[in-house]
Amino acid sequence: MAASLFYFFVFPGILFAATVGALLSWFDRKISARVQFRKGPPLLQPFYDFFKLLLVKETILPKQGSPLVFLLAPVLAVFGAAMSGVFILLPLFNITTGFRGDLLVIFYLLTVPSFSYIIGALASGNPLAAVGGSREMKLILGYEVTFLLVIAGVIMKCGQHFDLNTIIQTQQDGSPFIGSVSGVILFIVAIFCVQAKLALVPFDMPEAEAEITEGIFIEYSGAAYAMIKLAKYIMFFILPAFIVALLMGGFNLHGINILWAVLKVIAVVLLLTLIKNTNPRLKIKQAIKFFMIWMNLLAVIALVLIAFGL
Amino acid sequence: MGFKSYCFKKSLWVFHFGGASCNNCDIEILDCLTPRHDLERFGILLVGSIRHADVLLVNGIINHHDKERLIEIYNQAPKPILVVAIGACGCTGGLFTESYTFAGPVDKVIPVNAYVPGCPPKPEAIIAGIVKLVNNS
Repeated sequence: MAASLFYFFVFPGILFAATVGALLSWFDRKISARVQFRKGPPLLQPFYDFFKLLLVKETILPKQGSPLVFLLAPVLAVFGAAMSGVFILLPLFNITTGFRGDLLVIFYLLTVPSFSYIIGALASGNPLAAVGGSREMKLILGYEVTFLLVIAGVIMKCGQHFDLNTIIQTQQDGSPFIGSVSGVILFIVAIFCVQAKLALVPFDMPEAEAEITEGIFIEYSGAAYAMIKLAKYIMFFILPAFIVALLMGGFNLHGINILWAVLKVIAVVLLLTLIKNTNPRLKIKQAIKFFMIWMNLLAVIALVLIAFGL
Repeated sequence: MGFKSYCFKKSLWVFHFGGASCNNCDIEILDCLTPRHDLERFGILLVGSIRHADVLLVNGIINHHDKERLIEIYNQAPKPILVVAIGACGCTGGLFTESYTFAGPVDKVIPVNAYVPGCPPKPEAIIAGIVKLVNNS
């Protein structure tokens, strides 16, 4: 019991994942600034933002709509992000081996933050939040099938094993899955799915700040918005870590290999940031078409290649 | 200096309210966010929703239409909120003081924490104003 609480709240759970995620989000902002020839924010900027929202600012409840659901949604988002973080990071750090079928549990838990954003947005009673909520729903419909196909491809590649620990062990005994043609295709598809899950720029129409002024988060202020930031920081670490676990061989925590593990996560985040900085926002129709036709096509090609053993 | 006020100073999110202005001040405010001046190095971000804002930048005169909206925006903002009046029109009414649409400079409508005069003020002047505001609040 005590060990489970420690796992959830401290080491791979909320505290650790949020701290690393906040540092990665600083990295994202710094790289964005360097790409635009700016200097960028200081290292502790995400922590200042979080503590300012949590401790200083007032939380305003919307007049129309449901205050209880509005306040519960960010907590639910943090819960979903932290819970999936625990299930991803425990096998990744080789602490416990997880259980059979934990990959599917992770897949469902990873959608909990997006769903709770939608619930919170619809409970706020703001029309722009409703527009953002409907866009987020359509986006989820777009990328979930593709993400499931990526996971199916990884499961086929490691010989029908449904648990993350076996997938990581298979890659560490042999070679990482990204070292084959089908692995590269799966990696490209997975990167775009993560981009959409994190709502980074080509797929940030739910929170487009120019047209619908932050969309789903428009009514959140103070501590409730701090919880949303926390969920976003956690997701910003665990989704790249999930890609590293699925396709890039996981972490090897012996001696100098720790540096290699850190570099793998940073490389994935760097790729996401560069995609974010070099693309304009798509329309929701274009995004769904992109995932439903092109990304699904690529994923199916990868599955066929895996069936032929490439 | 407490931890709370330190965090507040290091992360000011700005919401821009354009009154009935001639758009010169708007352009200069946008200049502050461009690569040359880069306000993000102080943690200052431009946000789209008033609910996330810590600083309300107001420029231009306030006419009879803007007055109700400015009061509504001010009441919607989560406290503490700092209000900065930018430009000669925001501070005093400037050229438009005798106009029949004029409903008062910003400080007649809502309480103002800092004034940055100029027609339009340079981005350097706006940054200096915000630094003084942060160090005094």
